[in-house]
Amino acid sequence: MKEKFKRGKWKEFLDWAQNKSLSMLHYCTGCGAIELPPTMTSRYDMSRFGIGQAATPRQADLLLVTGYLSTKTLRRIIYTYEQMQEPKFVVGFGSCTINGGMYWDSYNTIKQLDKYLPVELYIAGCMPRPEAILDGFLELKQKIDSGEAKGYEEYEENIEFYHKNQEEVLGEVQRTQ
Amino acid sequence: MINILTTALHFIGITIFSAALGLFFMGIARKIVARIQKRYGPPIYQPYLDVIKLFGKKAITHGFIFDFGTIMAFGGVIATLFFVPLGAWTLYSLNGTVVLIIYLLAIASLGMAMGTVGSGNPQASIGISRALTQMLGYELPYLVILFGLIYKYQTSSVFGLAQAQAGGIMNWNLFTYPVATVLAFVILIGMTGKKPFDAMIAPSEIGSGPVVESGGKYLGMMMLQKSITIIVELALFVNLFLGGADNILSFSIKMLIVWILATMVGSLFPRFKIEEGVKFFWKWPLIIAIIQVLFIIY
Repeated sequence: MKEKFKRGKWKEFLDWAQNKSLSMLHYCTGCGAIELPPTMTSRYDMSRFGIGQAATPRQADLLLVTGYLSTKTLRRIIYTYEQMQEPKFVVGFGSCTINGGMYWDSYNTIKQLDKYLPVELYIAGCMPRPEAILDGFLELKQKIDSGEAKGYEEYEENIEFYHKNQEEVLGEVQRTQ
Repeated sequence: MINILTTALHFIGITIFSAALGLFFMGIARKIVARIQKRYGPPIYQPYLDVIKLFGKKAITHGFIFDFGTIMAFGGVIATLFFVPLGAWTLYSLNGTVVLIIYLLAIASLGMAMGTVGSGNPQASIGISRALTQMLGYELPYLVILFGLIYKYQTSSVFGLAQAQAGGIMNWNLFTYPVATVLAFVILIGMTGKKPFDAMIAPSEIGSGPVVESGGKYLGMMMLQKSITIIVELALFVNLFLGGADNILSFSIKMLIVWILATMVGSLFPRFKIEEGVKFFWKWPLIIAIIQVLFIIY
């Protein structure tokens, strides 16, 4: 309640609009990509909650990391994330993004996504079914509406931490932010 | 002084009304496409929320040319709007407005082209070059039909052409020249960039074309531009072939019917390649339009 008072009426209004209209970037890694077509099309139809697709990172506000991330893909994910316009949110899919999942001892995948990017929400499962994805999205919408989803601010505040972790696995990273 | 003020208010009112109506039409189109695909679809007011959200986001600019191109696209389409009679709202009934509107619509596209040059994204350049090529395709048969109508009614103002069809439903060009109306309807689908002719947007192929690099506020402005463009094109069609209207309500309803039909037809077809689209426009619509015009003249 106190947090809400701090936001101010205008910010509250913008957050409300943001939670009603989310454009999802269709960048798919790993096996979670398979779960998204049924979530988008006629069986589960997430557009009724105001979640649509965006074609490019510039137009998107929701970045889905759908599965394991090899270090090669992580570099692209970071470029993509830094090209997106604020406010922007990251959702991690499945156990691979939480603790490595079945790739826990792999030499070229990362184990924990939130060391590299600020994750708003994880959807557990291997892989999560469309119902679980929709449930996760509804929770994300609630978090945005109440002003709790502030991952992009966290990223800017702790930018050294994130940059250090990223450079540990990737070496040099070309920066746009 | 009072006169200038009322004119300015009139301009602002028409702009806001058209943007709001265009967004409403876009919402209806999304719902119709969803229902055709057996989905529930987003709420009808979704485009309004999208615009509010986009204007609330941060945006990155790619330099002065990018800003200028976006504003030129938006301003060009608003300038076009003032020459189109919307029901009883007719600001200009000069001779030659038909040709003027066709010219001014090109300004919006050229503004977009300028923006894409500023952003420097190759996909955006491909998109806008496709849009301009397609414009070359559909304008030829459209102008042939328009010159036929201008010859028939001996006036080249949109208002005059709408007035000439007054006096009963059977005087509409829809019933006097049904072939020309069907052609113009096909061309309208091409103008609004609906499905068979959406090679310039092609989200899965070139990443939404001219707006690839527009994020946040720029995309919101592009969305408003799109909504007003829809209204201009539909209003032109309704004035030329459905006899216009004497008040804004029945005019909007006529536009809505045309828009729903165009959306339904558009959601049934897969996408043409750009050269196929232009070939299509230069083949059958052009031949039939020339025959129709010869029929009107002799």
